[in-house]
Amino acid sequence: MGLMIDLSRALRPYPVRAPASGISRRRSLWERLHLDPWLLGMLLVLMAAGLVVLYSASGQRLEAVIAQGIRFGVAFAVMFFLAQLTPATLLRWALPVYVLGVLLLVAVELVGDVGMGAQRWLVIPGVIRFQPSELMKLAVPLMVAAYLSRQELPPRLRDIAVCLVLIAVPVVLIAKQPDLGTSLLVTSAAVFVVLLAGLSWRFITALAVIAAAALPLLWANLHNYQRQRVLTFLDPNSDPLGSGWNIIQSTTAIGSGGVFGKGWLQGTQSQLEFLPERHTDFIVAVLGEEFGLVGIIAILLLYLLIISRGLWLAVGAQDTFGRLVAGSIILTFFIYVFVNVGMVSGILPVVGVPLPLVSYGGTSSVTLMAGFGILMAIHAHRRLLPR
Amino acid sequence: MRKNRDNLKSPEHELRIFRVRALLAVVLVFALTGLLMGRLAYLQVVQHDVYSTRSEKNRVRVEPLPPTRGLIYDRNGALLAENRPTYNLTLVRERVEDLDATLALLVDLLELPDEEAAAFRVRSRQRQRPFQPALLMSDLDEDQIARVSVNRHLLPGVEVEAQLLRYYPDAEVMTHALGYVGRINAEEMATLDTGRYAGTHFIGKTGVERFYEEELHGQAGLRKVETNARGRVLRELGRTDPVPGQHLTLTLDKQMQKLAYELMDGRRGSIVAIQPQTGEILAMVSAPGFDSNQFVTGIDVASYRGLQEDLDLPLYNRAIRGHYPPGSTIKPFLALAGLAEGVITPDRTINDPGFYQLPNDSRRYRNWLRWGHGRVDMERSIAVSNNTYYYSLAHDLGIDRIHDNMSAFGFGQRVGHDVFGESTALMPSRDWKRGRFNQPWYPGETLSVGIGQGYWQVTPLQLATATAVLANRGEWVKPRLASHIGDAPLPERVPETPPDIMIPNDTWWDRIFSGMEKVMTGSEGTARRTGVGLEYRMGGKSGTAQVFSLGQDQKYNAEELAERLRDHALFMAFAPLEDPQIAVSVIVENAGGGSTHAAHLARAMTDTWLLRDREPDVEELREAMEDDDGRVAGN
Repeated sequence: MGLMIDLSRALRPYPVRAPASGISRRRSLWERLHLDPWLLGMLLVLMAAGLVVLYSASGQRLEAVIAQGIRFGVAFAVMFFLAQLTPATLLRWALPVYVLGVLLLVAVELVGDVGMGAQRWLVIPGVIRFQPSELMKLAVPLMVAAYLSRQELPPRLRDIAVCLVLIAVPVVLIAKQPDLGTSLLVTSAAVFVVLLAGLSWRFITALAVIAAAALPLLWANLHNYQRQRVLTFLDPNSDPLGSGWNIIQSTTAIGSGGVFGKGWLQGTQSQLEFLPERHTDFIVAVLGEEFGLVGIIAILLLYLLIISRGLWLAVGAQDTFGRLVAGSIILTFFIYVFVNVGMVSGILPVVGVPLPLVSYGGTSSVTLMAGFGILMAIHAHRRLLPR
Repeated sequence: MRKNRDNLKSPEHELRIFRVRALLAVVLVFALTGLLMGRLAYLQVVQHDVYSTRSEKNRVRVEPLPPTRGLIYDRNGALLAENRPTYNLTLVRERVEDLDATLALLVDLLELPDEEAAAFRVRSRQRQRPFQPALLMSDLDEDQIARVSVNRHLLPGVEVEAQLLRYYPDAEVMTHALGYVGRINAEEMATLDTGRYAGTHFIGKTGVERFYEEELHGQAGLRKVETNARGRVLRELGRTDPVPGQHLTLTLDKQMQKLAYELMDGRRGSIVAIQPQTGEILAMVSAPGFDSNQFVTGIDVASYRGLQEDLDLPLYNRAIRGHYPPGSTIKPFLALAGLAEGVITPDRTINDPGFYQLPNDSRRYRNWLRWGHGRVDMERSIAVSNNTYYYSLAHDLGIDRIHDNMSAFGFGQRVGHDVFGESTALMPSRDWKRGRFNQPWYPGETLSVGIGQGYWQVTPLQLATATAVLANRGEWVKPRLASHIGDAPLPERVPETPPDIMIPNDTWWDRIFSGMEKVMTGSEGTARRTGVGLEYRMGGKSGTAQVFSLGQDQKYNAEELAERLRDHALFMAFAPLEDPQIAVSVIVENAGGGSTHAAHLARAMTDTWLLRDREPDVEELREAMEDDDGRVAGN
């Protein structure tokens, strides 16, 4: 009952004052486009670097690079579109999009298309092939932020309970598909919102203890292949030709690259196909083999710069909703990087998380750029609200 | 608690919380990124060498290049063992998408019976390492190769692989002299130099192939190749070429060998021909033979059982492992022993009443001619194969001196220089009998030995060798099968050649030869029918060996029993008398008809070797032999 009340509150229009028309200050081109030039510039550098590595990782197929370029184009369009929305619009749409997303997940569960051993895709033949779980990467944090921004912060026990329900419903549906990577990303995006909202340390400690206690339960509910991944992570040599193969080959690729790498297109692990999934989830191994420690650190520093800029924009956001959404988006971006590089270099179990904007693949690029679009929207529209 | 301040937003407070949390997040982000960088630095700097090596090992594969086995030629350059390209069907499991469909298609394409499909399935699962081809089928014919090749696009992972396989063009004729190669078994694998044999699947099992394995095999080479993860070779990084095995030229004469085998057609037995001055083995036949090519490709169980259970024992190399009582063929050697020991002279005679009696013993040891040959000297004793003369001689010599003198001719010894698997057979002695039966030697047993019976057993190779030494007037040569390795001739005198045989008067050799010539051409000669029309001077000696027992587990029908209980016919000969070019021993099992069978075969051999332009008519010879059957007595 309380839940219903709270949700209805979240639906209330955001108290946006009318734009102060006739402001004499001249707005720059970037401000009129609602884009952040620093963030945009760094993203472009990252994508360009990504395409260079992808050319090598795809077995020097120019078609793959072009296809990825086209996806980047689409992703940019989505980003640009979302950047034009006002935070008020985002707030208004948070609940409908969230509800729609959950319904689509249920639809996937019922009639979804099976791709690569998991039921993730929703297909309207001839029209669209769509992964509702990708939508949830943004819809869930938006929903949680929308809810919390209407509450007094830091959140109280009841708010946290509501948030847990809001997170758990889609995450369970996604985990059932099964898609461990996406459910992990959706969870962390939403949890970041709650953490940034000021979840008390007592709660954080308590949740950590509960999570630790729940580990055996989680283990019991994992799919066999997921368990195998964890076991393999603990000892890759236990199954060197099966699931340990990936991690053995990726650490070999990275380690053999040394400080300066073997040179672009010269990586034997990558070019001779020892490295599996080399142009998707394991692309950082190609980077490490061909460009060495120097190359990986350069990319990691670029990510750090992007994340720093993103957090800076989040802190500068006008209101709590914007701050929570922007912070969550940028920290989730970091989770992508950390989990991906961590698994490829063998310090985390293998979870299907791509290296953002470098790995080959359209869906994740679009979602990520959509996130940056929202980030920019929150940043660009703040001056419309005089303090 | 701020319960009563419900719904009252405090933007400043919220911003403060957010800033603290964001700062914490920044710290965490940098810390975790630092962790990643640390991990990467560990992999790429600290562990770089380890992973470099591993990556190199991934990429580079060392493939053995097996050497080509040396070819084997006869003395005239005719090919006896070659390497024939064969085509095998292999399958790499990892590269096949749908195994069942692929196997079904193969069975269909090759028009094989359905049972083969099951066998294919079993073989496709036999694999040692990933990406190693499993052998589905060997020795594809051209039609099958074509069918698989045309449909290659439907058969990923299936390859037709060329392999050189040993092939013996005249396997049945040559096998007991040549030996054969077979798959390396686990026992051999354990003792082999694996570097030299890398990539080689075959090794000499018997005969020349075994004895000269070292030279024939050569040295394996290797090549370093870059492969991708699917095991496909992309390029060669370096190679050491294999050193091919050396060709081997044998002393065997293919024509002589073929003739000997034809002469033995339908018979069991052996013919060995040696060139006396050099010890070169011209022919070494054990009949029946078998197709040794079956053993190269891998013989099936049924065929192998068939060969093993064949009553004619085709797998048994009679020439070097057959044990036969020599019978009267050893009389010239015993006469020489008598001369050497001073027990007889060529001219001293005995009177033969048809039997011999030991002092103080009433038992009569009979001559084969009941009424006796009367006055018999040494030459006549050989020509008519008189037994009484040799009973007396053996008694005078005693078993010890017989043993020593006969051992000097190689009886009871391995005589061959490069003959693999030779048996010593048996030259009995007092010591041997005590060791074997824990019994003393009886004088009567010496008399049996005196006519080549009793415990004495020889191999056809021993008999031919002793004949060659005799023809050389006592000069020893060890019989040998190989003359050249590559282009280099092997040394003529081989190590461990026994000492030459001396007698007090060298002209006595001529007296022995004369006795042997009378065997062929004398009016009383036991092989006088064989000697008709000789165009050169030939010496020989016939022999008959009694078959005394059959193995208990052998089952014969009455007719076969009768046939297999008949005596063995033996003959030894050399020619020409004044300058011996060939020494022959012939043993025909259960020939029955005394000397004639074996003697005819021996003359066919000497005729062919000495009168090269004349091809003997084997059919005619056979008819002559049938005619002679039983008409000439003697042994």
